[in-house]
Amino acid sequence: MAIEIMETGLATSIQDQGRVGYYNVGIPPSGALDLVSAAAANVLVGNDPSAAVIESAYMGPKLRFTEPSIVAVTGAQIPVLVNDQEMPLWESFAVQAGDVLSFGILQGGARMYISISGGIDVPAVLGSRSLYALGAFGGFQGRALQSGDVLPVGVGNGRPGVVIPMSLRPEFSREVDVRMVLGLYDYRLTKNGLSALLDQPWKLTTVADRIGFRYNGGALEWVERIQPFGAGSDPSNITDAGYPVGSIQVPGGVEPIILHRDAVSGGGYAMVGTVISADMDLVAQCAPGAQTRFRPVTLDEALEARAVARNRRASILRILD
Amino acid sequence: MSAHESRYSWGGDEHLVVQISEAMSLEANFKAMAMASALDQDRAAGIIDICPSNASLLVRFDPDLIAPTEVERLVREAEASVALSTKQELETRIFELPVWYDDPFTNETGARFRDRHQTPDKNDLEFAAMENDLPDAEAFIRAHEGSPWFTSMVGFVAGLPFLFQMVPQERQLEVPKYLRPRTDTPKLTIGHGGCFTAIYSVRGAGGYQMFGITPVPIFDPEQKLVDFKDFMIFFKPGDIVKFRRVDEAEYTRILAEVEAGVYVYKQAPVTFVLEEFLADPDAYNARLLEVLYGN
Repeated sequence: MAIEIMETGLATSIQDQGRVGYYNVGIPPSGALDLVSAAAANVLVGNDPSAAVIESAYMGPKLRFTEPSIVAVTGAQIPVLVNDQEMPLWESFAVQAGDVLSFGILQGGARMYISISGGIDVPAVLGSRSLYALGAFGGFQGRALQSGDVLPVGVGNGRPGVVIPMSLRPEFSREVDVRMVLGLYDYRLTKNGLSALLDQPWKLTTVADRIGFRYNGGALEWVERIQPFGAGSDPSNITDAGYPVGSIQVPGGVEPIILHRDAVSGGGYAMVGTVISADMDLVAQCAPGAQTRFRPVTLDEALEARAVARNRRASILRILD
Repeated sequence: MSAHESRYSWGGDEHLVVQISEAMSLEANFKAMAMASALDQDRAAGIIDICPSNASLLVRFDPDLIAPTEVERLVREAEASVALSTKQELETRIFELPVWYDDPFTNETGARFRDRHQTPDKNDLEFAAMENDLPDAEAFIRAHEGSPWFTSMVGFVAGLPFLFQMVPQERQLEVPKYLRPRTDTPKLTIGHGGCFTAIYSVRGAGGYQMFGITPVPIFDPEQKLVDFKDFMIFFKPGDIVKFRRVDEAEYTRILAEVEAGVYVYKQAPVTFVLEEFLADPDAYNARLLEVLYGN
């Protein structure tokens, strides 16, 4: 059983739930940017939630199945077609040998996940099948998918007609609140600088990929100081330090960047806060132009939001029960 | 060890960041590494990553498995235990890395991005010499390869080492980064920004000044060379590296050994004692090089 890639779509790669434990040598977690949608796609086709799926951004790929199977598409709001007939999202369906799956025009969200019963069976590297493109390993041959690639598929036991109820699917908006915990180097901002960060919406630029999401809309003011030895001359510079996944850095005081799951693991720009884990999937589903407000929360509120997200994920994983 | 207190901060609900010092120093780096090592022994369930960096420490945890307050308690305990230890020493290794300085690959790349550079009429080495009050690129290269460098952090991208020059601060080479980052840097470029030398483990964007290139891999996902048998990344925090200047002929010869899969790093185990180094860096470095070259 295999999948042939006929057209690649955009930024199409193999991802699972990520690679754990190598951040100290610069290898980020990788994995699906929208982890819950990827897990849901797997559950729909009878896979373990951590099986490997295909992730695309904005434009889906066109692919052909070599044998009958069960597939599902989750994530962004986008028409999905089999041989030009529209199929439901968030629901498993059967495909026959030679069937072609393709996509229409994106209507909401940003990233889609295609699962197949048995999972994409590329070799695991350091415990994960996820592509880490900067390191050129994982995924299919250490790179994004190209037309002509033939992806191996494992043995599955999925069935058609399994549905994630509407209440458990994400909703998409062009205006979002992203919750974050202030801290790290936020003391480097003046009072005005902090207000500028929090009081206005930021617009997501076209620089929005697996490494990071860059926003524009204003400029932040830093507290004046003589820069410490080793930090670099710009007031937004720090002595190079580890970057949390989800941290918000502001090079030069303009264009905040949220690091995502292919994060660079460290560098010399001051971070002013970190997006809470519960909102990383929401960031992943933002497309360029999205109006974004950074809403500060406490650590306790972040943990409450995490519990809510965990319960939603658990409900999705239970739909087969 | 240092008079001021470390700054603890949450990075969302999954990270704790400890800023040991805002300025870079070997002492701050040693403390970060010692805290990391204390936390790693007997690692608590739920602690996912322990990442020492130049002058700070990043800990990633799963708050479903360990309460953030418990993580903070463990990290503060590690910091206290490090403060009590009388002797700062590290079991590590010293190795040699051949470098073709002033090579055509980095010079060509530099020439393509002159519009982003401070001195469009000079190359990166000439600019670095000027910034450090040295007469010419040759003098800068001699200063760069003259002393060993200490690996104070591994990261940014997979396996990229940040290296801190093992000389007193007034002799450390310092160079500003490019005005705007390049979109391209050759793989295995020796770069420098601020007080750090870095080796680009993969081709990609970068803002560090470019001085040369090494034929020896430092990141090898295919794990072909014997030095990569256990892991795809060569550098570890605490590694000591000595650059050795090679010419085009030797660069080409070493590259052929690498491609044939027979290159072996010249290296030796060493115990690094911080106090002894700080007391007389030049004499201590000379002893380190004796260990490497077996004098």
